[in-house]
Amino acid sequence: MNRLSWLHAWLMLLPALAMLLAFTHIPTLTTVWHSLFFPERGGAPAEFAGLDNYRMMLDDTVFWQALSNNLWYALGTVPTSIALALAMALWVNSKISGRTALRLAYFTPTMLPMIAVANIWLFFYSPEIGLFNKVLALFGHPGINWLGDSDWALPSLMLMTVWKEAGFFMIFYLAALQSLSRDLYDAAALEGAGRWHTFRRLTWPLLMPTTLFVLVNAILNAFKLVDHLFILTKGGPNNASNLLLYYIYENAFSFFDSNYAATLTVVMLALLILLALLQFGVLERRIHYR
Amino acid sequence: MMTRFNTWLSTSAAWLLGLLWILPLLYAFWAATHPAEYATRFDLFAPLTTEHFVTAWNQAPFMRYMLNTVIITGLILFFQLILCTLAGYALARMQFRGRGLVFALVLLQLMVMPEILIVENYRTLAGLDLIDTHIGVGLPYMASAFGIFLLRQTFKGVPQELEDAARLEGCSRLGVLWKVYVPLAKPTYLAYGLVSISHHWNNFLWPLVVTNTESSRPLTVGMAIFGAPESGVDWPVICAGTLIAIGPLLAVFLLFQRRFVQSFMHAGLK
Amino acid sequence: MLHKGKHLLAIGLTSLAATAAQAKTELTMYYPVSVGGPLTKVVDGMIDQFEKQNPEIDVSAIYAGNYNDARVKALAALKGGQSTQLSVMAAIDVHELKDLDAIVAFDDIVETDEERQWLNSFYPALMENSQVDGTTYGIPFQRSTIVMYYNKDAFRDAGLDPEQPPRSWDELVSMGQKLVKKDSNGQVERWGAMIPSTGYPYWMFGALAKQNGEVLMNSAGNETYFNKPGTVEALQYWSDLGSKYKIMPQGTIEWGTLRQNFLEQKTAIMWHSTGNLTAVKKNADFDFGVAMMPAHQQLGSPTGGGNFYIFKESTQEERRAAMKLVRFMTSPEQAANWSIATGYMGVSPAAYETPELKAYVKSFPPAAVARDQLEYATAELATHQAGRVRKLLDDAIQSVLNGQAEPKAALDAAQNQAKRILSRY
Repeated sequence: MNRLSWLHAWLMLLPALAMLLAFTHIPTLTTVWHSLFFPERGGAPAEFAGLDNYRMMLDDTVFWQALSNNLWYALGTVPTSIALALAMALWVNSKISGRTALRLAYFTPTMLPMIAVANIWLFFYSPEIGLFNKVLALFGHPGINWLGDSDWALPSLMLMTVWKEAGFFMIFYLAALQSLSRDLYDAAALEGAGRWHTFRRLTWPLLMPTTLFVLVNAILNAFKLVDHLFILTKGGPNNASNLLLYYIYENAFSFFDSNYAATLTVVMLALLILLALLQFGVLERRIHYR
Repeated sequence: MMTRFNTWLSTSAAWLLGLLWILPLLYAFWAATHPAEYATRFDLFAPLTTEHFVTAWNQAPFMRYMLNTVIITGLILFFQLILCTLAGYALARMQFRGRGLVFALVLLQLMVMPEILIVENYRTLAGLDLIDTHIGVGLPYMASAFGIFLLRQTFKGVPQELEDAARLEGCSRLGVLWKVYVPLAKPTYLAYGLVSISHHWNNFLWPLVVTNTESSRPLTVGMAIFGAPESGVDWPVICAGTLIAIGPLLAVFLLFQRRFVQSFMHAGLK
Repeated sequence: MLHKGKHLLAIGLTSLAATAAQAKTELTMYYPVSVGGPLTKVVDGMIDQFEKQNPEIDVSAIYAGNYNDARVKALAALKGGQSTQLSVMAAIDVHELKDLDAIVAFDDIVETDEERQWLNSFYPALMENSQVDGTTYGIPFQRSTIVMYYNKDAFRDAGLDPEQPPRSWDELVSMGQKLVKKDSNGQVERWGAMIPSTGYPYWMFGALAKQNGEVLMNSAGNETYFNKPGTVEALQYWSDLGSKYKIMPQGTIEWGTLRQNFLEQKTAIMWHSTGNLTAVKKNADFDFGVAMMPAHQQLGSPTGGGNFYIFKESTQEERRAAMKLVRFMTSPEQAANWSIATGYMGVSPAAYETPELKAYVKSFPPAAVARDQLEYATAELATHQAGRVRKLLDDAIQSVLNGQAEPKAALDAAQNQAKRILSRY
C-alpha cells in the first residue's frame, strides 16, 4: 500500500514535472552552457568561448544601462502599483457611490492586451498632437517630448506599466479585504479609533500576506513585461528606456546572437533566483502559520 | 465637517483615478467611431462612422487571429487544469520521499518564468519541429507553478475525513480527486482560469517569437504587426482593430465580473 | 499478365506524379510592409494575377510585419525546415544573409541572355545594395528614397514661394525659421521641419552625410566611416536644427507618428520615405509638395526598402519558378501599379515608360521626385552584423539629438565599436 502510494504520487506528478523540466529547469541549465560559446558561423560548429561573452558583457555599456534601467523601472513601478492597488481596493470596498462602475474601470487595463493599448498610449504621449501635451497646453506649459526625451522615456513607460498592473493587484487586495472579520472593525470603532489609525493598526497588518504576494508578482512583472517597448520606444532614445528582456530579445532575434542573449539571460536568471531565495524564506513561513 | 470634506475629497480622487484608468478605452471608442480628422481633435458634434471597423476588418484576418487565440488559450488552460490538479493533489495529500525537493522545483518556476527563457525554449521548439504551431505556443505554459501552488493550498484545506470516507466506500485515488476535491475547489478553478485566460489572451513576446504565419499567429501578434508604428500610425483604424480584438474578452469579463471577484475571495487568493 | 498490369500501373503512377509535380510548384514567400496603407491587399492582388498567368505555380505570400520580423520569420522557417523559397527582405540584409549562407545569387539562376539582360534592367543606384562584388543577390522591389514633403499652404502663410522649397542646408534653416509659427503665449504651433529619429535614424543620417559628401560604409560592408569630419558635421547640423536654429523639436522625433504630424500641419516640412506618398496624398487636406532634400556639398539620399531574395534551400525547379515570380513582380507593368498604389519607386526606367505611370506622373508630378533623386543616391547602410552596427549609429545619433553627447565623441565611439565588430570580416 505504502509503496503503491509512492508510485501513484510520482505518476501524478510526472506530466507536470516533465513539462517543468523541459521548459524551465533544463533550459535554465542550457542557457548557462550556451553562454560559454561563440555564435556559429556558416555551418561551422560553435567555438568554445569560455568567459569571453561575459567579458564582452562587462564592457557593454548598453547592458549596464539596461540593467540599471530595469532596477529603476522596478523601483518606480512596484511600490506605486501596490499603493494604488491598495487605495483602489479600499475605495471599492467602502460605501463609495458607484463602486461597481469604479471596480470595473480600475480592472479594465488588465483585460486589454498591452501591445494593442500601447498604440493608444503612443497617441497620449505624442508630442505635438497627443493628449497629454494638449492638457499641459491648457496650463500654458510648452509640452514634453515624452518618449523622445531621454529623461522622460523611462518614466513614461513606468506610468503605462502602473496603469496596466494596479487594477490586477487591486483584485487580490479586494478579495482579502472582503474576507476580513467585521467584528474586529466594530471593536475598533467602539474604541473610537480614527480611520487612519484603524488602517495602520488593523487593516495593513492583516493584509500583509497579500502585500507579499502582490510584491512578488510586481517585481517579476518589472522584469518580464516589455511588450510596450515594441511599440513605444524600442528601448530608445539611446537606450534610455531599454530593459533587460528587450535587450535579450534584440540580441537573439535581431542580431542573431543567441549566445550573447544567453549570457544576458544568465544575469537575469541570477537576479531572479536571488529574489526567489529571499522569498522562499518568507513564503515558507507564511505557509506554515496558515 | 472635516470628515465630510475628506470623504468628498476621497470620492473625487477615486473617480478621477477611475476616469484616468478607462481613458485609453474611451479614446479607442472615440477614435474608432469618428472620421479620421477627429482622431486627435475632440468635438462633441463630430459625426459618427463605422468605416474604420470595416477598414480594420479588411486589413487583417481578425477571425483567424481570434480563432488562433481561442485555440491557444483553450489548449493551455485545458492542460494546465489537468496537470496542476494532479500535481497539486500529490503535493498536498501524498507522502513520498523527495516531496520537499519537488515542491521547491515547482516553485522555482514562479520566479523563472517562461518569458525569460525565450531563447532556449525557442531552440527546444525548433528541435521538436513545433515552431509556428498552436501547441508550440502553449507548451512552455502548460505546467504552471502558480496553478500547482494554488491547488495544493486549496486541497490542503479539504477535510481529510471526506477523503477517508470516500476511500472506505471503495473510491480510487483518482475517483476521490475527481469526486471530492475538484468540486470543492471550484472557486479556485474559476479564479485561476480567469487569470490564465486573461494572461494568455494578452500574451505577446513568446507568441511573437514562435509564430511565423497566420496559421498560428494570435491576436496580440497580429495587432502588433497590424498597428506597427513603422507603417505610420493610423489611430482610428488601429483603435477599431483594438476594439475588435478585445471585444470578446471584455464581454466575458462584463458578464462574469461579479463571479470573478467572489471566486477570488473563496479561492483564498489573498 | 499480372506483371504487365503492374508495369502499366507503375507507368500510370509515374506520369500521374509527373503531372502533379508539373501542375504545382509551390512557393512560399515572406514579405514586410513598412509604410502606410493596406499594402497587403495590393500584394495579394499581384500574386493572384501571377497565379492566373502561371497556373503551374502556387504562391503563398505571408505578411510578416516589419523588415526585422520578415527576416527573422523567413530565416526561422528555413531553419525549422518549413519550405520557403523566396522572400522580400531589407536590401541591406544582403551581407548577413550571405554570411548565413542562406541565399543564392541570381547570376546562378538565370539561363538565357535575355534573363541576364533583365538583371541589368534596374536603376543602378538601386543595385548598390543588391550586388556584392558584382554578383546580384537581390532584385529591387519595394524600394524608396527619402524625399522632402512640404506644406505649400504653410509656405504661403509664411510669405514664402510655395514652388521654391529649400534647396540647401542654409535655405532649410532660413525658411524653416520663417515657417515656425507661435501662438500668443510663445508656444510653437507649427514647426519648420521634422526629420524622424526613431525607427531608422541611420537612414536619415545617411542622407545628411551624403549631402555633405560622405558615405557611411564601403560596399563590401566590412568598414564604416562614422567619424569622418564631414559626417560629424552632418550630425552637428542635424542637432543644430533643434538646439540652435529651433526649427525642429528637440529630442527624438517618432518615425511612426510623423506623417500624422505633417497631416495635422504641426510641421511645415518632413523628411520621410517616398513610400508614404500615397498615404499623404490621400489624407492631406492642404496643398502639399514633394521635393528632393536640400544639398550641402551635393544632393543626396540613401536608397532604402526591400529586395527579393531567393533561398539556397530550394530545388532548381523552385528557383526557376521563384525567379519567374520575381520577374513578374518587378516587371514594368507591375512596378508601375505598385508605385502608384504605394509611392514606392518604379524600380526600372522601363516602369516609368509604361502608359499608366507616365499618366500618373503627369497628373501628380511628386511621384517622379524619388526617381529623379536616384541620380544622387547612395547605398543604404549595409554591413556584416548589420543589426548591431546599425544600433551603434542609431544610439550615437539619438544621444546627440538628446544633448547627451557631442557629435564627434558619439560618432568616434560608434566607429570604434563598429570597427571591433567588423574586424572579423
